[in-house]
Amino acid sequence: MSVMDLYRDYCLPWMQSGKESDIVISSRVRLARNFSRLPFPNRADFTQLAAVQEMAASIFSDLESACNEEFDAIGMDALTPLERSVLVEKQLISRNLIKKPQYRSVYVSRDRRCSVMVNEEDHLRIQCMAAGLDLAAPFALASRVDDAVEAKLDIAFDEKMGYLTSCPTNLGTGLRASVLLHLPGLVFTRNMNNIINISQQLGLSVRGMYGEGTETVGNVFQVSNQLTLGFTEQGILDNLTSAVKEIIENERRARKALMLYTKDRIEDIVWRAFGTLKYARFIGETEVLQLLSKVRLGIDLGLINEAMPEQYPELILASRPSYLQNLMNNENMSKNEIDRKRAEMVRRILAGESAGQE
Amino acid sequence: MLCDDCKKNEACVHITQISPEGKIDKNLCEKCAAKYGNLLLQQGDKNFTVNDFLKGVFSKAPQGAAEETAGPDLVCPNCGMSYRDFQQTGKIGCSVCYDTFRRQLTPILTRIHGSSTHSGKIPLRSGGKLVVQHELALLKDRLQDCVAREEYEKAAEYRDQIKALEQKLATASETGDAACQ
Ligand SMILES: [Zn+2]
Ligand SMILES: [Zn+2]
Repeated sequence: MSVMDLYRDYCLPWMQSGKESDIVISSRVRLARNFSRLPFPNRADFTQLAAVQEMAASIFSDLESACNEEFDAIGMDALTPLERSVLVEKQLISRNLIKKPQYRSVYVSRDRRCSVMVNEEDHLRIQCMAAGLDLAAPFALASRVDDAVEAKLDIAFDEKMGYLTSCPTNLGTGLRASVLLHLPGLVFTRNMNNIINISQQLGLSVRGMYGEGTETVGNVFQVSNQLTLGFTEQGILDNLTSAVKEIIENERRARKALMLYTKDRIEDIVWRAFGTLKYARFIGETEVLQLLSKVRLGIDLGLINEAMPEQYPELILASRPSYLQNLMNNENMSKNEIDRKRAEMVRRILAGESAGQE
Repeated sequence: MLCDDCKKNEACVHITQISPEGKIDKNLCEKCAAKYGNLLLQQGDKNFTVNDFLKGVFSKAPQGAAEETAGPDLVCPNCGMSYRDFQQTGKIGCSVCYDTFRRQLTPILTRIHGSSTHSGKIPLRSGGKLVVQHELALLKDRLQDCVAREEYEKAAEYRDQIKALEQKLATASETGDAACQ
C-alpha cells in the first residue's frame, strides 16, 4: 500500500471486524512519551523541535522491527491541508498535530495499526489500534514500540511520578486507552445518561465521536480512561474493558427491547435509511452518519442482508468531507458539490465496489 | 400510538428506564428519542473540556504545605518556565519542571488522579534501581506465599534470588551506578 493510497483509499483494517464487533467498532491504546530534558513541543523552539524529529528518525528502523511492519514517514509540512485532514478523519493523527505543521510528523505502519506522532503535545505519541473489543493486542504492540524507543533514547521518567508528560493529566503511565462503540439502542431507549454518569464514577470519559459542539451524530461514542497515575497499565485496561462489557450488555438489552416492542417500526426505519443511502443523489455530512447508524443497526439486528457489516466503516471513511474534497483534488468544493460526491461514493460502495479503489 | 413527548409523530420506541424515582415507561417517536439522547449528553462534560477543568484546578491557590513556598516565582532551570506560566496554561515545560515544581504539583496530581505515585511500567534503562526494587518486592510476595503454603523448597529458591538482587542493589549504590542491570 503506497502513501498515495493512504489519502484515497477508504479502508482501515482495524475498523473491520473483531470481538463484539456488532457493537464495538475499534479499540485503541496510546502512550505519551518524552525525551528527557528537551522542552516539550509547546515550549520548544524550531531547533529543539528539529532535534526531537532527528532523534525519532534515528530509531525509525527499530520501530519497523518492533512492529514487524514497514512504516511510512510523513512530514506534516509536506502535505496539503486536505491530506492532513484526511489523516485526522482516519484517526491516524490528532487535530492537534496539524495546528502547527512545521516540525510535526507521523510514522504510520503499512497495515495502519500503529502510528507514532512526533511533536504533538508530547515528543512521541505511540498509538496502536485493533478492530472490535481488543485492548490487549494494541497494548502489547505499543509496549514493544515503547521498549524499542527506550532501548536507544533517554525517556523522561521520574521514580515517583512515572512517565513525564506535557500535560499532568497524562502523567504516570501516559496511557490512554479508548474504545469506539456504536450505541443506537441506548440512545433510542434514552439510557445514555445512565451510562455517562456511571462511567464518570468509574473514572472513564464518554464522548460522542461525530458531531459539532453538543450535538452527537451517528450514535458512535468513545469511552476512555481519564486517570493515568497510580494505576498499573493492566489495571487501567481491565477497568475500561469491564466497563465496556457492561455497556455492551446494556446495549444488547436495549436492542432486544426495541425488537420486542417496535420491530415493525425499526424495520421500516432501517430500510428507509438503506433506500436513501442507496439511491439519494445528495447526502449531507450529518445525514450520512444518521443513516449509516440505522443501516448498521439493521445489519446487526438481522433485518437487512443487502449490506455487509464491513461496509459500515468504509462508508464512514468515504463520506467524510476532507476525504471527498481530497479525492476531487479541490479545496474549494461547495457544500452541494460535496453532498453530491458523497452520495455517489455511498452508492458505489453499496453497489459492491471494493475498498481502496478510486 | 402517538409519541408521549411531542404528541405529533407516531411513537416507534418504547422506553423502560429505571431511574432513582422509579420506573419510567414511555413511547417516543424516533426524533424525540434521539433528541433526548443528545440532551443527555449535554449534561455530561461535552461543553467542558478537560483543559477547562485543569485551568480551574491549577489556578486555585495551592493549599496547605505548598502555600508556604514561593510557588509562583519558581522558575525551571532547564526550560525557563515559571510556576505562574503553568498555572495559566496547565501545561508543563519540560521533564525538569516536574522536579522543580514537585512540591506544588503533588497535591494537584492527587486532585486529578487520586494519587501522586506511579505504580505502572518502569523503563528499563532510565528506571534504574526502581526496576530491581520492584522485582524484589514481587519476589518477597512470592516467598511469603510459598511459606504460607509450606512449599519450603520453592521458598528457598526465591530466597536465593532475593539475596542475589539485594547484593546487586548494594554494589550498584556503592559504585553510584543508577542503571544496574
Ligand atoms: Zn415525538
Ligand atoms: Zn522545565
